[in-house]
Amino acid sequence: MATVGASVPTLDTVREKVEAGDRLDFEDGLALLESDDLLALGELADLARRLRGGTDDVYFVQNLYLNQTNVCRVKCKFCAFARTAKQEGAYTISIAELVEDAARQHELTGFTEIHMVNGESPHVTFEWYVETVRALHAALPDVHLKLYTASEIHHMSTLSGLGYEEILRELRDAGLGSLPGGGAEIFADRVRRLVAPGKEHPDRWFEVHDIAHRLGLPTHCTMLYGHVETYEERVDHLLRLRDQQDRTGGFLAFVPLAFHPENTVFERRGWAFTSGAEDLKMMAVSRLLLDNIPNLKAYWIMMGLPLASVALHFGANDVQGTVVREEIFRAAGSTIGSEQKIDELVRHVKDAGRVPVQRDTLYRELRRWE
Amino acid sequence: MTLTVRSSRPPRAAAPVRRILEQALAGARISDIDAVTLLRSRELVAVGRAADELRARKTDPAKVTFVVDRNVNYTNVCKTDCDFCAFYRRPGDRAEGYLLPKAVIFRKIEETLAIGGTGLLMQGGHHPDLAIEFYEDLFRSIKSRYRIHLHALSPPEIHHISRRSRLPVAETLTRLRDAGLDSIPGGGAEILVERVRRLIAPKKTKAQEWLHVMREAHRLGISTTATMMYGHVETLEERVEHLRRIRELQDELHGFRAFISWTFQPDGTRLGPRVERFPTSFDYLLTQAVSRIYLDNVDHIQSSWVTQGMKIGQVALAFGADDLGSVMTEENVVSAAGTTHRASTDDFVRAIRALGKVPVQRDTLYREVRVFD
Ligand code: SF4
Ligand code: SF4
Repeated sequence: MATVGASVPTLDTVREKVEAGDRLDFEDGLALLESDDLLALGELADLARRLRGGTDDVYFVQNLYLNQTNVCRVKCKFCAFARTAKQEGAYTISIAELVEDAARQHELTGFTEIHMVNGESPHVTFEWYVETVRALHAALPDVHLKLYTASEIHHMSTLSGLGYEEILRELRDAGLGSLPGGGAEIFADRVRRLVAPGKEHPDRWFEVHDIAHRLGLPTHCTMLYGHVETYEERVDHLLRLRDQQDRTGGFLAFVPLAFHPENTVFERRGWAFTSGAEDLKMMAVSRLLLDNIPNLKAYWIMMGLPLASVALHFGANDVQGTVVREEIFRAAGSTIGSEQKIDELVRHVKDAGRVPVQRDTLYRELRRWE
Repeated sequence: MTLTVRSSRPPRAAAPVRRILEQALAGARISDIDAVTLLRSRELVAVGRAADELRARKTDPAKVTFVVDRNVNYTNVCKTDCDFCAFYRRPGDRAEGYLLPKAVIFRKIEETLAIGGTGLLMQGGHHPDLAIEFYEDLFRSIKSRYRIHLHALSPPEIHHISRRSRLPVAETLTRLRDAGLDSIPGGGAEILVERVRRLIAPKKTKAQEWLHVMREAHRLGISTTATMMYGHVETLEERVEHLRRIRELQDELHGFRAFISWTFQPDGTRLGPRVERFPTSFDYLLTQAVSRIYLDNVDHIQSSWVTQGMKIGQVALAFGADDLGSVMTEENVVSAAGTTHRASTDDFVRAIRALGKVPVQRDTLYREVRVFD
């Protein structure tokens, strides 16, 4: 017998869908976020992960984080990083210096990936980006270059008057390996206007990723949550990513990023950090809704290793990278180096009952700790 | 109140763990071997769900409680030399040893009362010069001035005072109670297994002596808490042996109000370099959940945000704990060991609400003081 109207989803009805391999919808996503049964969410996310072929393997990559410039014209309200060109602390590193630094770090730590994002400086040219990629690739041909968010690609297009496709082709030919997922924030227009009014429309983000996927460049995707967005807007964000993945399939991983209010206007308004329970819930819901994105990152540098290891039971299967700059650790008087950092990561993953696997950017296995 | 969407399904787990959890959820006691099996398993979420369900049967599942009190460490002078302690100074250390004057203690109490605090947690080292008269006088002078709950002197301190003043434990307790002692914190238990105590605190109160002080207190109607400090040299079996001793004594007299466990904080201690593996937060949550399941006769389980940080401290409230412990306006022992987490009543209220629960300030005896709804 037909019933009038849809019934309200519960964790039990969502579970039935998960067990049957059915896709969750907007209402399901909302019900999950509104649930306070944190552990049931974790259990469900882990079940979904396993039913979709997930194993005990937990990935991490050894990477180097770089920022070539913090000069930025956009002034997003949540950003503690950007400066104007004349502001104290503003920097733009020359290509030669950047490459030299990366090569020296590579000798020390043997990373397999460079992850670089920048401010959107009006004082550089598209050629400068291409040259940077070419020089990094020439110096470190075996290192995967994961550079530039969609916003930066958009910025290059503004600087050069070229279309996204031409830009991505040139960067790819110069040695670019993939795009990081930043600049996504929350896609909903209302939120964009509130937190990043200077940024291009979210449709541009999708256009860039769409073209990248079609050119064979894999990308990553993110969500910055815990500021002004509603639960509806979070679900909407995740479902837009899922739709894109259906179309082009080029997202390697999704990373939920909790908003950190320190050093932003929001801190002065008394905003607080997301709590541990909210972070775990977001992890679980991301896994449940994003049924077509294989990897979910508990980015331990942001979450902390303690919470990240718990998140491995809430749907996550990746803890991102070791992120080592040897001299920073040494300068801070710490004896911790990349090997110790790996040991610590491995210990936390093992203690969570999972198998640590060092991967490259494309999730090919490099080393395994049984 | 938000609408709570809860799962009605039992926890999912592999066979041996599932059997133990089913047994516990059916109301049966779990054995020591079962507790070790749970601790060895990595089925964090399943064990946590069972612990959360058992917590909901013992305490109001809609609420999470906390207390506002002050931890006053009246002296750091101590002759016991525990290897895990970064707080104490040897007798005769004129540079860093201290004994707080009454005036300072009074000021701290006034500050505590001013922010809506209800209790004073007072603990200190085993000072060789302090006999029972010192404590009687101090407690009387506090109680004659202020209306505040006096939660003071862990069993090793009581034991030290009884030896120093050559009094039986029961008489020591009676005199202290008559002077104003309201309840006793469960500190100094560490791991109640002699092998472990010999390794980490050879001069400290023996396990039997700790239990003896607690038994005498419970007989006198003085309520107490129980604690466990783990993650150093003990085995998982020894963690469970510790829990068993608490559970057995609780069967006799039911005097433990709450159980609180935390991980060893190594900085600045002699024990630190001797520990091979420090427990992860994963281990912490699992151990807390198992303690909820195993200690079927203890009502309240507190999470330890002071040692784990607020994120894990909050998450632990879904793993069998019903109480976030104390908004402490002062804490010296853990911070001496390098851990400095801070939180205010606002932080507590926000963390508890973010779990979908109603924050309730309680007093030391778990009576409601203020409901934040
Ligand atoms: S575009 Fe990036 S660097 Fe610029 S203000 Fe926004 S977040 Fe900061
Ligand atoms: S833990 Fe207590 S008894 Fe042991 S040394 Fe420290 S102050 Fe003294």
